[in-house]
Amino acid sequence: MELKESVAIHVNGDERHVTVGLTLAEMLRELGLDARKVAVERNLEIVPRGTFAEVQVEEGDRLEIVHFVGGG
Amino acid sequence: MTAQQDIRADTWSVAGRTFSSRLIVGTGKYKSLEENAAAVEASGAEIVTVAVRRVNISDPNQPMLTDFIDPKKITYLPNTAGCFTAEDAIRTLRLAREAGGWNLVKLEVLGEAKTLYPDMRETLRATEILVKEGFEPMVYCVDDPIAAKQLEEAGAVAVMPLGAPIGSGLGIQNFVTIRLIVEGAGVPVLVDAGVGTASDAAQALELGCDGVLMNTAIAEAKDPVLMARAMRAAVEAGRLAYLAGRMQKRRYADPSSPLAGLI
Repeated sequence: MELKESVAIHVNGDERHVTVGLTLAEMLRELGLDARKVAVERNLEIVPRGTFAEVQVEEGDRLEIVHFVGGG
Repeated sequence: MTAQQDIRADTWSVAGRTFSSRLIVGTGKYKSLEENAAAVEASGAEIVTVAVRRVNISDPNQPMLTDFIDPKKITYLPNTAGCFTAEDAIRTLRLAREAGGWNLVKLEVLGEAKTLYPDMRETLRATEILVKEGFEPMVYCVDDPIAAKQLEEAGAVAVMPLGAPIGSGLGIQNFVTIRLIVEGAGVPVLVDAGVGTASDAAQALELGCDGVLMNTAIAEAKDPVLMARAMRAAVEAGRLAYLAGRMQKRRYADPSSPLAGLI
């Protein structure tokens, strides 16, 4: 049996299991999100958009992916 | 110069950006994004407030605000609605800056859910930190000239006193304090919150405010697009009246027709 190693992370409060070494850019693509329209916070630190392709998720990461919505 | 030319030449500036519309509109509570976009268009607003929220990961193809209101044409002013501590507000705005790429933001730190009154201690603390981080915060505040001055001294690029509680539509409750804030301010003053109908918006401008920010008054009108037009006209009328300089009030009547030559 071939099992890719996975890590448990939280994305917008929900637990997900993703492949070891997955970058944020890859994850956003998998989620169907346009990286230019969102901002990502990782463990309470902003991840600059320019580094999405280099930053790899790690076990226990807490990610927040946000965008602009209607508001007053 | 005609009034039409006057109003076009009459601009205001915040943090180095110049605008001709003195109406800032929110983008919440609309029935649809189409209606929202139509109301923004009708209002003539050049700035809209927006909220920062989690992306819906289970449905990433939902229509997005940016598809209807173009951030290249309309300035997005990210807010911190729903934040009750300085830390939450700062965290939200750091994300907003990363999402949008600009420093001009609206700070509001709320004290309680019932009144949505601002917590001025937290608001002032958040303003100081945001300014240190290079933000240009336009700050929602109480209608208190001392608090407004303290925010300005902390680096707020605009102070935005409430006219009445958020979403209440009660209109400006304290004309005296709004006027005092305007008189004492060295940064733009905008009435933020409490406007219910066009005359409320006109009054804010008549008091000398640089602008007015509203959401619910337009979004919850029976016809939001028509109300957006009304608000645009009201803001222009109020501004023109302020520039024109109103007559003094008298206690008794003063006839408009000449008394001389009466038959």
